[in-house]
Amino acid sequence: MSTAETTASGIGPVEGAPLFDVDNPAPLIEAPRARTKKTPKSTRGNFEMYGWLFMRLSGIVLVVLVLGHLLIQLVLDGGVSKIGFAFVAGRWASPFWQVWDLLMLWLAMLHGANGLRTVINDYAERANTRLWLKGLLYTATVFTILLGTLVIFTFDPNIR
Amino acid sequence: MPAGTLYRGREGMWSWVAHRVTGVLIFFFLFVHVLDTALVRVSPEDYDKVVATYKTPIVGLLEYGLVAAILFHALNGLRVIAVDFWSKGPRYQKQMLWSVVGIWVVLMIGAIYPVLGHAARELFGS
Repeated sequence: MSTAETTASGIGPVEGAPLFDVDNPAPLIEAPRARTKKTPKSTRGNFEMYGWLFMRLSGIVLVVLVLGHLLIQLVLDGGVSKIGFAFVAGRWASPFWQVWDLLMLWLAMLHGANGLRTVINDYAERANTRLWLKGLLYTATVFTILLGTLVIFTFDPNIR
Repeated sequence: MPAGTLYRGREGMWSWVAHRVTGVLIFFFLFVHVLDTALVRVSPEDYDKVVATYKTPIVGLLEYGLVAAILFHALNGLRVIAVDFWSKGPRYQKQMLWSVVGIWVVLMIGAIYPVLGHAARELFGS
């Protein structure tokens, strides 16, 4: 047994003769998670990452929209005492406030629904409980968004 | 529960708890608020009747609580964004929380008169 040859293979003399060399190469072992032609492009999408990003982006916009809303409704011009049908009619006469309220409705509802989805996932331990709670959540969210959108778009100041 | 194993994560954990609680409260109010606003499609009288309950002293107090929840959630949300996107955010998360609490206290003191003033006039006359 020649020790001079074994040093090149990286296997020391203690392990004995090298099993593989240039003429007898080791079989190629495929990486355990290597992509093959059969693997789908992606096993799961990036939904949770987009949800995470949406919470932060919508959060920044909502800080402006909601704090502005609170300032107008509760602080300026007599606070809560001036709110009434006439006040709503006055504001929704302007497309600016219609868009403001519409954007606030959609972003706040989706931001809140995604937040509650996280809370349900965290605390409801049985799969069935999660399914029902999220079903209820999504139903209530879709209903409220559609109702609010309908009200903003079909508002009629001369209803009476 | 075995003694001495309760996780107490200090500022980081409690701000997370407060963010959750305020978030859920605000979301439930939002449902009610869209429904009450939808009454403008029914009739001006029905809308004004429901809005009148918003002007009672007890609901006025609840509005102050809502403002407290929204202001904390908004300010702490900006802190969370800073922790996530600012390279030094995690290092200064505690200082940022105490800044949030400080700004929140100042704004809440500022909101006493505008938000609770109406309730006080209802109760004690103007």
